[in-house]
Amino acid sequence: MAMISVNNLTRKFGDIVAVNNLNFEINKGELFGFIGPDGAGKTTLFRILATLLIPDEGEARVINLDTVSDYKKLRKHLGYMPGRFSLYSDLSVEENLNFFASIFGSSIEENYDTIKDIYEAIEPFKKRRAGKLSGGMKQKLALSCALIHSPEVLLLDEPTTGVDAVSRREFWDTLNRLKSQGLTIVVSTPYMDEAKRCDRVALMQKGSIMGIDTPENVTKMKNKTVFGVRGEPRYEVIKTLRKYPHAESVYAFGEYLHYTDEREDVDIQEIRMYLLDHGFNGVEVKAISPTIEDAFMALMEKHDE
Amino acid sequence: MSENVISVNKLTRMFGDFTAVDHITFEVEKGEIFGFLGANGAGKTTAMKMLTGLLSPTSGEATVAGFDVYEEPEKLKKNIGYMSQKFALYDDLTVKENIRFYGGIYGLSNKEIANKSNELLDELDLQSVRDSRIGSLPLGWKQKLAFSVALIHNPRIVFLDEPTSGVDPITRRQFWDMIYEASAKGITVFVTTHYMDEAEYCDRISIMVTGKIEALGSPTKLKEQFRSDTMDDVFVKLVRPQAEGTS
Repeated sequence: MAMISVNNLTRKFGDIVAVNNLNFEINKGELFGFIGPDGAGKTTLFRILATLLIPDEGEARVINLDTVSDYKKLRKHLGYMPGRFSLYSDLSVEENLNFFASIFGSSIEENYDTIKDIYEAIEPFKKRRAGKLSGGMKQKLALSCALIHSPEVLLLDEPTTGVDAVSRREFWDTLNRLKSQGLTIVVSTPYMDEAKRCDRVALMQKGSIMGIDTPENVTKMKNKTVFGVRGEPRYEVIKTLRKYPHAESVYAFGEYLHYTDEREDVDIQEIRMYLLDHGFNGVEVKAISPTIEDAFMALMEKHDE
Repeated sequence: MSENVISVNKLTRMFGDFTAVDHITFEVEKGEIFGFLGANGAGKTTAMKMLTGLLSPTSGEATVAGFDVYEEPEKLKKNIGYMSQKFALYDDLTVKENIRFYGGIYGLSNKEIANKSNELLDELDLQSVRDSRIGSLPLGWKQKLAFSVALIHNPRIVFLDEPTSGVDPITRRQFWDMIYEASAKGITVFVTTHYMDEAEYCDRISIMVTGKIEALGSPTKLKEQFRSDTMDDVFVKLVRPQAEGTS
């Protein structure tokens, strides 16, 4: 069953088309990710889904309710965590949570089970003002506040931006536990590596969805063999490889460079020799599996053509 | 012979009873790309504030670009470049106005500013938008311009605080090309990031955990030392040793 369905959705701000003719469905119980850089349109889309922004064209339905005409009914079933910290800095942890619970006609006690896992970590600080919490604790409080009315759909707009790699992993572990309770979760992120933690992802750029699929299938959207290349000094290797007559793309990618060739049949030895002839040390060339980031970049280049 | 652009010895900063930065010691060489990593709240920001002359240390020693952080913070500030993801350029000023503003702040003459402006606009291919407000440009263009502006006064070192946060993957790599170019010209680059692949692009990395530098070395050396395949794993092992083995 589709928990969220979006048809021909468009929203402009002046001349800028923030969200351009989007179409997609998200199933009940799915952990769905919107992956893309700043300016891709993720926040605009989330605000429309959260009933906070009216689209110019098209429609969005969540739990079979229209985000415009049924917004009041819908809000009871939605949990929304905006990208910017939006709780009351002058209220304590407990006061914030009570406030959000009472707005939805509920109480902390009534829904304690839903938030227990997350709230326990910050409960020892429940008398502390929200503005005085560390980044990680603010995030836990914001998530608790978004869950306190036991929503069916959770919308999280860039919950992990600016968060260190370890805390990000832990946050995704938390989302997986929430998912196992039957919640439908929609998350946006600029970190491509987080895509693999989702059931399905949509790759967004400049207001459009470039592709939607499972993380495994998305990597297949890069339909060229990717070669991992290593050599020292690294930047000289990048520059030299870009001058290779058959080079299609050369990008730094962590430990290895990712290289694609214009030709269908590529002889690894030939590339190796080319680099060795230029006197580089530690040269290694091997075929590797493309990552989601490879796919994203290939789709970006296709879209820009 | 290597020449140190940053020398830090037992640098410490307390806030009341809390030790935000706890006796950190390291050196950064001329032209080196130095990655400064750590978990949120580990003390990175406090350390960077001390190294950029914005915050006085409680104890220890540090010189940056030849200036002592206690004695000459103003001279130090004039001789370093700085940009961050959160603040870099003024959205309400045009491209040219921003260049002019920063050129003026760093004491360049009108003639130098005019020359520099043209040079930058050509290099970054921004001539066509030179009179557009910064706020109307894509984030990637802004960040590349911000980096060039941070180098407008030819500093020996540039501090980059999460410069690529939220930037698309292609522009992110173009940004690193600029970092490599700067480093090749002998400019020292001190950079923080949450992208672990970018940690691999640094010559050396330090990782801070609760105020202390717990690891320091080249990416290859750190991966060997912590028996990890990726910098991501190294980071996790250091920051959450008890969580080892979980996803």
